[in-house]
Amino acid sequence: MSALLESLAAGFEQLPHRDALGLGTARRESMDAALAGGLPTPRRERWKYTSLRALEQRRFVLPHQQDASDAEIDTVLPPAPRMVFVDGRFDAGRSDLSGLPDGVSLHALSAGLAGDDPRQVNVLGRRWNTDDAGFWRLNAALAVEGALLRIEQGVRVQPPLHLVFVTSARGQDLGIHLRHRLELREGAHATVVEHHLGHAGERPLLNSVCHVHLKPSTVLEHIRVQRAAAGASLIARTEAVLAKQATYRLLSLELGAALSRHELAIDLQGKGAHAEIRGLVRSRERQHVDTQLMLRHQLPQASSDTQWRAIAGGRSRIIFHGGILIDEGADGSDAALETRNLLLTDTAEIDAQPVLEIHADEVKASHGATIGQLDDRALFYLRSRGLPEAEARRLLVFAFCRSLLEGVSDTGLQAQLERVVKQSLLPDHAENDAEAVA
Amino acid sequence: MPPLKSFRCPSGREFIFFACPKKSSSAAAKRMSKAPNRERAADMLKIENLHARVEGRDILKGLTLSVNPGEVHAIMGPNGAGKSTLGHVLAGREGYEITEGSVSFNDADLLDMTPEQRAAAGVFLAMQYPVEIPGVNNTYFLRSALNAQRRARGEEELDSVQFLKRVRETLSVMHLKDDLLHRAVNEGFSGGEKKRNEIFQMAVLAPKLAILDETDSGLDIDALKAVAEGVNAQRSPERAFIVITHYQRLLDYIRPDFVHVLADGRIVETGGPELALQLEAHGYDWIRDRIAPEAADA
Repeated sequence: MSALLESLAAGFEQLPHRDALGLGTARRESMDAALAGGLPTPRRERWKYTSLRALEQRRFVLPHQQDASDAEIDTVLPPAPRMVFVDGRFDAGRSDLSGLPDGVSLHALSAGLAGDDPRQVNVLGRRWNTDDAGFWRLNAALAVEGALLRIEQGVRVQPPLHLVFVTSARGQDLGIHLRHRLELREGAHATVVEHHLGHAGERPLLNSVCHVHLKPSTVLEHIRVQRAAAGASLIARTEAVLAKQATYRLLSLELGAALSRHELAIDLQGKGAHAEIRGLVRSRERQHVDTQLMLRHQLPQASSDTQWRAIAGGRSRIIFHGGILIDEGADGSDAALETRNLLLTDTAEIDAQPVLEIHADEVKASHGATIGQLDDRALFYLRSRGLPEAEARRLLVFAFCRSLLEGVSDTGLQAQLERVVKQSLLPDHAENDAEAVA
Repeated sequence: MPPLKSFRCPSGREFIFFACPKKSSSAAAKRMSKAPNRERAADMLKIENLHARVEGRDILKGLTLSVNPGEVHAIMGPNGAGKSTLGHVLAGREGYEITEGSVSFNDADLLDMTPEQRAAAGVFLAMQYPVEIPGVNNTYFLRSALNAQRRARGEEELDSVQFLKRVRETLSVMHLKDDLLHRAVNEGFSGGEKKRNEIFQMAVLAPKLAILDETDSGLDIDALKAVAEGVNAQRSPERAFIVITHYQRLLDYIRPDFVHVLADGRIVETGGPELALQLEAHGYDWIRDRIAPEAADA
């Protein structure tokens, strides 16, 4: 057994709420399955590009094995309403749920586990049976914290709801397992922003699973800003299920962590459902960012539009698998997938893989992938007008990805995201070196 | 426009001249006669015996040219003579190897400077093929460029109010609509719009030396006049122009002080605006003497 599994199995024995609401047996079964099946290896097609060998040799402690009283963070928190989780624990003091309209319930999973209503935590009922589900089984066994959001029928929430996940560098490396549910009842509208933040010097393992349930005619704008600690290993899965006429708009900004793996499973289960997927990955140094999108059109007239941008510098590596499956009978489906990729150095690598699998007759589907470097002619054009080279490069790189942010509905939020993205484009030393020898 | 006349260079390239419908400028001819007496130290741009190669091919083969403030120099020549190479080398485009010669600009070594340093020093190249840059707003870009130049020169940056004032004045002088300001740099612009955007940027940046690389190519007569008007409005005793053109037509609207013929990598003839007429009258035979040594080798 790997050191990673061994350390988590040890922590499992004292897990708080482990047996709450009759979930003890299910948790133990998940833990046993995880230990028996192990972690995915590159022999599995979906994990072909991501090796976990180094991660497996490390040990992690669970949040309850560490004293939470002295957690210090220097993060500027977003405005209310916000929920803040520090080192895998809900932090009521830093959270602020004022201004939450009627018809919105936002709770910590730990609060649900402390209560007596199993329906509150039905999100934990999900089982994984595939061979490469090691992390999700660990999540099923170990997740005792997360955010549970439900918005009642017809409620339209104006202000963005912020979920902040931050780690603080203290002692041993933390293994944090979180489970979230975002549920919109019929006709509800909302914007949810996930912030993943950390500090230099930390090397946590962040395992999170988010379930998105969209009932008919709902609109969810889901923004994910991943700026986890530079040493973090982040393994995430987002599962969205869309009913009739539901709209899911995801904007994922992958900017942090040493290793980031995000599985994104989106099921268009209702007629006329619509998914709009926007992703920006900016990697540097030795970062490794692997995104696996699996988008499924199950019923007729559903549409999806995916635009993915990757910018790789240093010796980093970006993987994007964009899989679209259109089921038999899902006629009138409209699926578009475009991935554009920019290599800033000779030593960076991008693997872009659009895969369309179509079993219906009457569909519109398109995909495209481009990989390139900054346009020399454009760079010279800008410099010839007086822009210093570094500034010209930044301008061109930002131009490459700015269109992704145009769809953000809240203008204040959009401006803030622009700043975050611009900040992420500043070159690092590894890039300068590589560019100098290019 | 009278019918054009064409001939072939020894290299096999076609060299085409338009007849000049206007009388040549006697003022320019006078300046020409003064030229040998010019104070060498007053030269703004001094190109001496410049040799440049690209991808292993020699393009410029000993080009010498001096430009003073206030002067307009036209450089004409066949395709492949090295006209655009000259523009690129002066602006600092990568990929050109200077094998011999020197270029000084206000007594500084121009070849030693980066493109942005040259821009800050006052060199502007209006490109033959302006690049489309989606996602970069024209106004934002121009303000960043102007302020970067000002920073490099130790001048104070313009705030957005001062900058917009300057931009609006320029727009009105050039009869341009302000939708230009809201668009991405050259994105979706017609050929004429791109060239006008070049001249607009030139006017806002106010360079000391403007090099116009085939700004007339691809323009219809109305666009050509509009571009020429924009250039003429920028003429001043402090500012010099190098107008690179394949056709004589542009020179009907931008009257040069000097016309140089560039062939096979060097200037083979220099004169006033009447030079184009002489070429028209005497044609190939007249110019061939100047490139005969090369032809004899061939």
